[in-house]
Amino acid sequence: MAKILAVDDSASMRGMVAFTLRGAGHEVAEAENGQLALDVARGSSFDLVLADVNMPVMDGIAMVRELRAMDAYKGVPILMLTTESHTEKKMEGKAAGATGWLVKPFDPEQLLATVKRVLG
Amino acid sequence: MSSVDLTQFHKTFFEESLEGLDAMEAALLALDSGSTDGELVHTIFRAAHSIKGGAATFGFTDVAAFTHVAESLLEEVRSERRGIDAELIDLLLRSVDCLRGMLARSRAGQPVADAESEALRGELVRLVSGEAAVAVAVAAAPKAVVAGWNIDFSALPHLLHTGNEPLRLFRELQQLGRLEVLRAFLVDGAPAQLADFDPTTCHLGWQLRLHGDVARADVDAVFDWLDGDCVLAIKPFDAAPAASEAAAPAPAAVAASAAPPAKMAVRETATASSEGSSIRVGIDKVDALINMMGELVITQSMLSDIGEKFDMSQLERLREGLVQLERNTRELQESVMRIRMLSIASVFNRFPRLVRDLERKLGKQVRLELHGENTELDKTVLEKIGDPLVHLVRNAIDHGLESPEKRKAAGKSETGTLKLNAYHEGGNIVVQISDDGAGLNHAAIVAKAQQRGLVAEGQELSDAEVAELIFQPGFSTAAQATDLSGRGVGMDVVRRNVRDLGGTVGVRSVTGQGSTFTIALPLTLAIIDGLVTAVGEERYIVPLISIVESLRLKADTVRKIAGGGEVFLFRDEYLPMMRLYKAFGCADAVSDIESGIVVVVEEDGRRVGLLVDDLLGQQQAVVKSLEAHYQRVQGISGATILSDGSVALIVDVSGVVRLGQSQGQRRKAA
Repeated sequence: MAKILAVDDSASMRGMVAFTLRGAGHEVAEAENGQLALDVARGSSFDLVLADVNMPVMDGIAMVRELRAMDAYKGVPILMLTTESHTEKKMEGKAAGATGWLVKPFDPEQLLATVKRVLG
Repeated sequence: MSSVDLTQFHKTFFEESLEGLDAMEAALLALDSGSTDGELVHTIFRAAHSIKGGAATFGFTDVAAFTHVAESLLEEVRSERRGIDAELIDLLLRSVDCLRGMLARSRAGQPVADAESEALRGELVRLVSGEAAVAVAVAAAPKAVVAGWNIDFSALPHLLHTGNEPLRLFRELQQLGRLEVLRAFLVDGAPAQLADFDPTTCHLGWQLRLHGDVARADVDAVFDWLDGDCVLAIKPFDAAPAASEAAAPAPAAVAASAAPPAKMAVRETATASSEGSSIRVGIDKVDALINMMGELVITQSMLSDIGEKFDMSQLERLREGLVQLERNTRELQESVMRIRMLSIASVFNRFPRLVRDLERKLGKQVRLELHGENTELDKTVLEKIGDPLVHLVRNAIDHGLESPEKRKAAGKSETGTLKLNAYHEGGNIVVQISDDGAGLNHAAIVAKAQQRGLVAEGQELSDAEVAELIFQPGFSTAAQATDLSGRGVGMDVVRRNVRDLGGTVGVRSVTGQGSTFTIALPLTLAIIDGLVTAVGEERYIVPLISIVESLRLKADTVRKIAGGGEVFLFRDEYLPMMRLYKAFGCADAVSDIESGIVVVVEEDGRRVGLLVDDLLGQQQAVVKSLEAHYQRVQGISGATILSDGSVALIVDVSGVVRLGQSQGQRRKAA
């Protein structure tokens, strides 16, 4: 099973994502903003990163940009967790190097389906 | 339907949402007071955005719908398409209030949207430009029957850098129908020599054919993440009705967003409002606790080591060990108590808003100063001190601070100052509310007191006595609030609330310069300072804070009154006397007045004497609930364990006073 990094400043969302993925057998690390996620990412390796866009300290888009600048994360899939009303944010995320996105709100099934889609 | 029970995250969601609303309110107030910090708008937006995301995910659709509109409005502010003014801040502050209510109702499992929230949402919708475009759901696309799709797909060089993988796309396409690769080719610009190929750069393109009656939206969905990473052309390959291309639905990303929210809506009502009260503890406090625990374990192993092979030569080590144990225990106690301590900031933070609202309503100018927000208080005390403080702040602005015109006439600055200060003093927390207003209006207070029969005509009163009058029950009621220019609106209630917390409240006032209300509160409700008394074989603890005086009476100062009650003379006043052994049914107690001691206690200005055998000394008592272990007993507020291991009951002074009065009344009636 895969190693996944879940990044969201909302504890409930992060909890839901982590709990769902762990239930499916994945190993999940959590971080509550982009800066902390980078620290975690540097100290370990991940098969997939799921990140909220709007976060304090460092938002998801800046985090993607930083991750893509790291050799170890050049080709790792990064999905943005975003809301439908922000199409421009999706494009911004893409421009920063995000693989794709998962539109909020999503339920555990949609999350697992998307993760499966990325990881194969 | 879902394999994952989402209700377990609801509590976290409510907590973080309420915190978000607090942050939003604070930021709005900062904007209102003229701050231009750009981060404030982001904070406000982020709070609304998070609440919306969580609410939609956890199925609180009404909350999600409300925050969605608020967020759209905030997005306009954030992208500087809309300026922020007092009116907008007002509207957003009302939205914060409304959301608090909606969250509370969600939590309680009640219907969430009400007339007020709908009206406010309507107001927000009207403000948001282009709202209609956002709300319109994607119409079902007319379905054209196709034999399949020709897909020309050329990767741009950076495709792999986005974590996207052509193989994944082919796999997904295969799930839709039979996939045929017509041709794979090198994209222009690819290196001529194999050695020059960079494995992380993609130079490939494919001509694909997907067979089957597959909806265009499904094909689009496979490529939805690749916008800008590839050159893509998708055409129906039977090319029959040429209209199909034009009629193709909007990109998949939009379609996908329209469906989900309704799915989980049902679960909302099922969530029971079973919320246990929880507390957030800083990790440093937990670490201190673990540290302390470690030391205790070391001491324990040292003592058991001594105990195993003890002889008198080790007496000194044993003594040292016991001293260490005592220190460990005390430190551990302090650390555990500290876990219940929260900073008063959560209460103070309400006031900028309250002051702003009152300023507008009363046409006054107020500068609010907060000091000592980091002072920590027991959680229970903190939860109960809010209302009395609100009351005092309201009074200070309503009655204390003068209108700008009056202030100017009095040679003061037109803006009044209201200061809230919290600090530790001894074993107490002190909270002060001071204003630089007119001070108590002595003449008006005395007139009112005379009218209400609290003071005799012509009686001379000191400043302190006048100030004390406003705390008297019945001094004024809400109905009289408006025709009294002094203070006193429900101040007796404030005092009672503070007393219930084991605290005191007093006022100091200087005419023309302002008033200061001082509340002193115990650090915690879990420990009280008590006087240990003996009644027969029993021990009773009387809270020190309620004790006026202890004295030995002469038999001739005690009078029997009609009905069997007793009164005694205390400072020119007859007080009812309760023989505790009678009230609590203790055997072998002193019944002779002259050999016992009378403890005079006070509650709400009413005094009662309690007859006990003897006073044994002061002690800090850790309060144990009697209800939790036994049942509620009138006149007893709890129990504690004395240093010799025996149990003592703690006297509930207000209960005893009531007990004395009801007996008195019964006797009078009889």
